[in-house]
Amino acid sequence: MIGRALIHVPATAKRGDVIEIKTLVSHIMETGYRIGVTGQPIPRDIIDDFVCTYNGEEVFRATFYPAVAANPFISFFTVATENGTLAFSWTDQQGATRVQTAQIKVE
Amino acid sequence: MSRYSRRKILQVSGALAGGGALTRLSIRPADASLAMMEEAVRKAIGNAPIEKGKVKLDLPPLVENGNSVPCTVSVDSPMTATDYVKAIHIFNEKNPQPNVISVKLGPRAGRANFSTRIRLADTQTVTAIAEMSDGTCWSDDIYVIVTLAACVEDPKP
Amino acid sequence: MPAAQLARIAVLITALACAAMAAAAEIPLDQRRSDSSFVSPDTRAMQNDGTANPGMLAVLDGETLWNEKAGETHKSCADCHGDAAAGMKGVAARYPAFDAQLGRPVDLEQRINMSRAGDQKAAALPFESKELLALTVYIAHQSNGLPVAVAEDAQTTPFIEAGRAIFERHQGQLGLSCAQCHDDNWGKELAGNPIPQAEPTGYPIYRLEWQEIGSLQRRVRGCMSAVRAEPYDYGAPELVNLELFLMWRARGMTMEAPAVRP
Repeated sequence: MIGRALIHVPATAKRGDVIEIKTLVSHIMETGYRIGVTGQPIPRDIIDDFVCTYNGEEVFRATFYPAVAANPFISFFTVATENGTLAFSWTDQQGATRVQTAQIKVE
Repeated sequence: MSRYSRRKILQVSGALAGGGALTRLSIRPADASLAMMEEAVRKAIGNAPIEKGKVKLDLPPLVENGNSVPCTVSVDSPMTATDYVKAIHIFNEKNPQPNVISVKLGPRAGRANFSTRIRLADTQTVTAIAEMSDGTCWSDDIYVIVTLAACVEDPKP
Repeated sequence: MPAAQLARIAVLITALACAAMAAAAEIPLDQRRSDSSFVSPDTRAMQNDGTANPGMLAVLDGETLWNEKAGETHKSCADCHGDAAAGMKGVAARYPAFDAQLGRPVDLEQRINMSRAGDQKAAALPFESKELLALTVYIAHQSNGLPVAVAEDAQTTPFIEAGRAIFERHQGQLGLSCAQCHDDNWGKELAGNPIPQAEPTGYPIYRLEWQEIGSLQRRVRGCMSAVRAEPYDYGAPELVNLELFLMWRARGMTMEAPAVRP
């Protein structure tokens, strides 16, 4: 289950500024290699896709593999182009998706 | 398995046996190796030659806990519409799987730089490869020492 | 065996015995440092960044639970205690606290469950469950920046001393006491990691080894297993006494939950 995410986006920015975005999502990122109490491996359960769009246009994408640590943290940069909505979506290997958004004011 | 020479398998097995620093709760396929990593690299970037440079991979040389290792990659690039980093991949050589993360960028990124936290199962070399818009590929790598926690506990509860 | 060799062995045994029996030296108050000062700079930075600290995800969950109606009374924590930032400010800094009815101290987890049972008429949350940890860390977080201030009085002193006895006792097949590492050898390295003083100012913590958040009791039970002692059960009075002693030992130090630890 993809839990909630903490997202940091500056509330305002100057047009053309390169801003840093930080995200942290709650997820166990079970590798599939850990042995459970039954003696059998615990099945893999990971988020494998992360996308950030800016007013609908993709500005960043990441493919996660089991080597990404639990509760995946990723920070990246984007150019503050205009007022609008940054949308963040995390998708797991079953196809379940979680989307959260943040607003940015660009002057 | 036939593509691996018997000698190579023995070499890898020896390294695994001597390595020691595996969490006792993990299984590891016997062929986790440099060859797997090379295959994963080719799958990601094709046959382009890889040059060292332009990429800076940041990892602590001695890791506090292999479950969560902070990792930053930055690439020297103006990130303009005609000259930008289009992808960055991180690979490892000793985890059960050679891929760590792949990132897709474009001119809108402004800066070819991202940070995350990764898992490292053993002392090993971690490699970052950047694909540029002009088709060239650049890399950096770091050798990281991973120890087990001092007091290994039983699993919860 | 030659006399000279016997004599050498006797000296060695005496020296070892003296070392083992030497009273654990309490850390002088002004030399106490947060366990945060013994982790790597990266881990410290992770703790101090609200968006990077994975413990904060549990704080978010705790906030949701705080506002959720529960039990036969169909009341939330917020219904009686109001906004946690105000209502719970300073509370975690005083725990474990003496409960007059039980005649002994209880820790924050137990207090939460007592409120759930007594006031909300809701089922207790299991120790170390995601929900109980979320509520505990949410409440603890409201004391950040405040000094640890557990009561030291006629009522609590016997329990502080009981906790101290556990802290100083040699236990397990390895025959080690908490004090030997955390009073006598803090700052030195054990298998590549520095030994902290074991000041519990950041609990519940996000521990990288666990890949999740956990309580002080979980951490202590882990240490007890590590010296090959039988760990006390969750909620055992011995564990609460030890928690109380540890918080008393950390009196005046700054609360910092959720901390990030290796």
